[in-house]
Amino acid sequence: MSAPSPVEVDPDLNADESTFLDKPWVTIVWNDPVNLMSYVTYVFRTYFGYDRKKAEKLMLEVHHEGRSVVSTGTREEMERDVQAMHEFGLWATMERAT
Amino acid sequence: MTGFSRHRRSGRTIAHFTGLEADLLRSLAAQVVELLRNERAVPASEVDPLEALLDFSGPTTEPEDPVLLRLFPTAYTDDPESAAEFRRYTEGALRDGKERTAVALIDALEEAGLPPDLDEDGLVIDVELEPAEALDWLRALNDIRLALATRLGVVEGDEEYWESLSDDDPRTQAHDIYEWVGYLQETLVGALD
Repeated sequence: MSAPSPVEVDPDLNADESTFLDKPWVTIVWNDPVNLMSYVTYVFRTYFGYDRKKAEKLMLEVHHEGRSVVSTGTREEMERDVQAMHEFGLWATMERAT
Repeated sequence: MTGFSRHRRSGRTIAHFTGLEADLLRSLAAQVVELLRNERAVPASEVDPLEALLDFSGPTTEPEDPVLLRLFPTAYTDDPESAAEFRRYTEGALRDGKERTAVALIDALEEAGLPPDLDEDGLVIDVELEPAEALDWLRALNDIRLALATRLGVVEGDEEYWESLSDDDPRTQAHDIYEWVGYLQETLVGALD
């Protein structure tokens, strides 16, 4: 087991620039007729650690709007998230944040 | 048919299946395993063992089978090159993971007393799952449902269509099984929640 190393916050870092550089990618989960609403909520809660309210909101967004951005991060982070969603059998893709 | 429930004292998830139900589940999971193994990117028998060990490359093109394409969706919708790279690095691990969970489901049924060939009536299979095993089952049941739904052509809001089919229609039976596995998964999520 390993513990995460302490994060040092650089006070000079420009917040906007950091957002633009570090988090330009999103993971999208798409609606499909198979996955159960309860299961999708469960996956969002257990994998992303979202609370029930947020997980249900995202699940309903997928259900009613056909898709939902479920996470934002670097390209590498989003590749991990998409792979994890595929492990769970959810239909996920990634793209640059707009 | 009772589905899954949580045993409060042990924290385990439990379900009782008839021999026929357990046998059906095993055969569905076995079909997932077979499908995953059939369309392997690397033919194992003709490759030099050392060469096979050193071959890290995975598939870069979409699987032909629609079930496999649903299990391994294309990650980048508008960037074929990145999509191919993603597939190369992830599909092998995803396949292994899905095979492992399907095999875990089969093993649990057999450990609970399902014989290799079901030939007695009145058999009851009591499955008791530790939390990690229950997660494997959750994924395995979901993969089975994705496979059945893709083969059946299930789409959003098609309940009336399935109800309109006659009882003799083989699709009716297959759809009933799909619904049953959905019920099992629903009760399993509920038991874990």
